[in-house]
Amino acid sequence: MVERQSPLEPVLHPGSHGNFEHGVEIILSETRPGSILQLAAWPGEEKTLMAGIHAVTGLALPDGAGGGVTDGVRSVFGFAPGKFTVVDEAEGLASTFASVVTSAIGTVTDLSHGRTAIRIAGPKAEWVLAKFFAIDFALPAFPIGAGRSTMHHDVFAQIQRTGADQFDIYVFRSFARSFWKALCHASEEVGFEVQ
Amino acid sequence: MLITCPYCGPRDVIEFTYQGDGNRQRPQPASQNLDAWNAYVYDRLNPAGDHNEIWQHSGGCRAHLRVVRNTLTHEISSTAFARGDHNSVARHRAEDKP
Repeated sequence: MVERQSPLEPVLHPGSHGNFEHGVEIILSETRPGSILQLAAWPGEEKTLMAGIHAVTGLALPDGAGGGVTDGVRSVFGFAPGKFTVVDEAEGLASTFASVVTSAIGTVTDLSHGRTAIRIAGPKAEWVLAKFFAIDFALPAFPIGAGRSTMHHDVFAQIQRTGADQFDIYVFRSFARSFWKALCHASEEVGFEVQ
Repeated sequence: MLITCPYCGPRDVIEFTYQGDGNRQRPQPASQNLDAWNAYVYDRLNPAGDHNEIWQHSGGCRAHLRVVRNTLTHEISSTAFARGDHNSVARHRAEDKP
């Protein structure tokens, strides 16, 4: 496979930054998953697609808008009616799904090189993200595993909660560097560490 | 102004794109009924009150929505997926008068 270059490389500086004298309350990292896919079901084929996702990844999607689940290696969440984002640390997930999601069920779009995955974790993660996105990040409204699609100005973002105080954000690769810089600026006042 | 997307829940209007009057009935492409085309392109109700509109949640799930918005107060009284509206080809053809 072609070695993938991160758009964050020139601006990703590991270490502690900002106002961290009283402790680091945000940890930012790039997760660099091998596969990021978008799966879409034709109307009426949603359950078949969800069963296919379960068969391939072992992840059972909950019913309902924005439902999702993660096991730390693979993640899946709904981001639109009948549409799902599936992420795997390993490469090659698209070819596995190509034989499962037939043209009668829906479509598979490989976005592995088109999206950048940024993880924000820490006790102030909700607080920092609330400065960016006008959605409710509180745990009861945004449970673990769930996904949301929203935007920060014109930067479209898909967000999955992968822990009580951890979120994975998928942004367009071309916007990733400026979004990362904005995230760093927003995290400065609480002290953040880049890993 | 908040619009409650049937998929995403309440979101700020900045995430949505207005897609026009929801009352329009597009004639069949082959139709030569000039009155019907004229009405589709130009005629608008312009009500002071509840108005049927099509919006797209372009900054979210990207679904097209059928929204009823009050043009005086901006109150959104209902939202639903627009999907399915244009699938009823039979209904559309029955109404078409070439």
